[in-house]
Amino acid sequence: MAKARTSYLRTGLIHLALISYTLIALFPVFLTLVNSFKSRNAIFRDPMAIPTPSTFSLVGYETVLKQGDFFGYFQNSMIVTVVSIAFVLLFGAMAAFALSEYRFRGNLLMGLYLALGIMIPIRLGTVAILQGMVAAGLVNTLTALVLVYTAQGLPLAIFILSEFMRTVSDDLKNAGRIDGLSEYAIFFRLVLPLVRPAMATVAVFTMIPIWNDLWFPLILAPGEATKTVTLGAQMFIGQFVTNWNAVLSALSLAILPVLVLYVIFSRQLIRGITSGAVK
Amino acid sequence: MGSLQLSSIRKAFGDHEVLKGIDLDVKEGEFVIFVGPSGCGKSTLLRVIAGLEDASSGSIRIDGQEVATVPPAKRGIAMVFQSYALYPHLTVKDNMGLGLKQAGTPKPEIEQRVAKASSMLSLDPYLARRPAELSGGQRQRVAIGRAIVREPSLFLFDEPLSNLDAALRVQTRLEIARLHRRLKATMIYVTHDQVEAMTLADKIVVLNAGAIEQIGSPMDLYNKPANIFVAGFIGSPQMNFIPAEKLGEAGAQGAVKTIGIRPEHIALSRESGDWKGKVIHAEHLGADTILYLETETADLVTVRLFGEHRYAADDIVFATPDKASIHRFDANDRAIA
Repeated sequence: MAKARTSYLRTGLIHLALISYTLIALFPVFLTLVNSFKSRNAIFRDPMAIPTPSTFSLVGYETVLKQGDFFGYFQNSMIVTVVSIAFVLLFGAMAAFALSEYRFRGNLLMGLYLALGIMIPIRLGTVAILQGMVAAGLVNTLTALVLVYTAQGLPLAIFILSEFMRTVSDDLKNAGRIDGLSEYAIFFRLVLPLVRPAMATVAVFTMIPIWNDLWFPLILAPGEATKTVTLGAQMFIGQFVTNWNAVLSALSLAILPVLVLYVIFSRQLIRGITSGAVK
Repeated sequence: MGSLQLSSIRKAFGDHEVLKGIDLDVKEGEFVIFVGPSGCGKSTLLRVIAGLEDASSGSIRIDGQEVATVPPAKRGIAMVFQSYALYPHLTVKDNMGLGLKQAGTPKPEIEQRVAKASSMLSLDPYLARRPAELSGGQRQRVAIGRAIVREPSLFLFDEPLSNLDAALRVQTRLEIARLHRRLKATMIYVTHDQVEAMTLADKIVVLNAGAIEQIGSPMDLYNKPANIFVAGFIGSPQMNFIPAEKLGEAGAQGAVKTIGIRPEHIALSRESGDWKGKVIHAEHLGADTILYLETETADLVTVRLFGEHRYAADDIVFATPDKASIHRFDANDRAIA
């Protein structure tokens, strides 16, 4: 009996800790969502209150949809995020395969070099990046953002994926070689499906900082045609007056696409484990 | 179809030499087994033959043709792996047919060859399943089927039975033996299990520390081991090794350093015999009784008796080696004929 009770207490405490963490993490999101549906006065009068029929207002969303090309901003964010993730996954996985599969001189050094980016923030190089983009004529293009984000995402991707690829059975790859599969076929058809959970992890870790980034869009692509959602939402924040309805609505809308992407990847996380290939 | 010549194959990883000059001649249709303790280089040698590793030096010829620069898929080999290594996303049928598909074999022929192999291995009911839905034994049969379908001149097996449980291992062993008789193909098989080696092989190659210790038929190795390593490795329980001077043989024969006698070549009696000793432990296996004796003259001796015997620990017994079955080894551990 005593044992059962302590374990109740223990699981209770664990749940308590997790639930309070969840509440803390979700609170800003909740606040944003709730207040985006309220009138301006109601937001300031009682920020915690949920919208009632008298305070309910869609004025924020109306402003967002009317002012500026918000659909275009979404599209830009989407393009940048999706293309960057695709490049990070493709190049990261290829580099990781080479590092984990082939023995060559400088393998370890190369691996360290490629992983070094995890420890050095890419923003330190902003000035040089901007100069480079200016020289290449890529300022105010989505290409500039995609290139920067791909570079930013690669170190972690290579680090995680090469560890995972080491766990893929050598026998399986060798069986492929004996059956006449090319190295590319082994990579794409045997190894990638087996590291799908790791790919999903990398995709999630890569996606969120890109979607939320304000720094590089502001510096590299501030033009109207290339604005991303986070940058677009900034136009409602002024030095003296801030249109909170619009800001909160814009941010609420910005949650949606990233949520969809997350759901797609996290399903892979759970489903991707393929068993039965080797014992 | 299916001969193999290896001459002075060496393989080094950095400074560490794994294979130290292997010479071997495998004739068509032979069943050759590489056996040795783990780390002796037997799997590396198999990989070198398959082309999955490059030899540092030496030549490999399959059917008389030098294959050093030929990729694995074009060497006319098929390999069965310890971990089965089936493609997880393909059905049993596609697993078996992939090699042929890559080689551009026409579809009807693939169908026909897969059907033949699957009926040979009774895999017909499972053709549409994926590896995850099969048991360990079935997976291993699929892996063997994948090799058969390729109709190779050389079959390579890399410890194919070590992931199976004991009962299945015996059954699959029989199946491989039958397969060899039926296909009359050349097979090279790596194992660390001397029972597999003794039961399957036409020719056993005993490897130790990257070099060949002895090549011969199972009975050759059992009856005429070339050195102490082979004598100790083949046969279970292990051969007894007794320093010659303890038995007073060194004086008589001069060069003899060690005397070897297999546990099954020692007779036991309660009344009289050459070596008096005490039973330390008795193992009753039904068909055999294995006794461990502490003798006055020859130290620790293992004795294997056939059938049931009522010996127990602390019994005083006399052991007598069969003179005709004694092996003698010189100071370099080589056998003296």
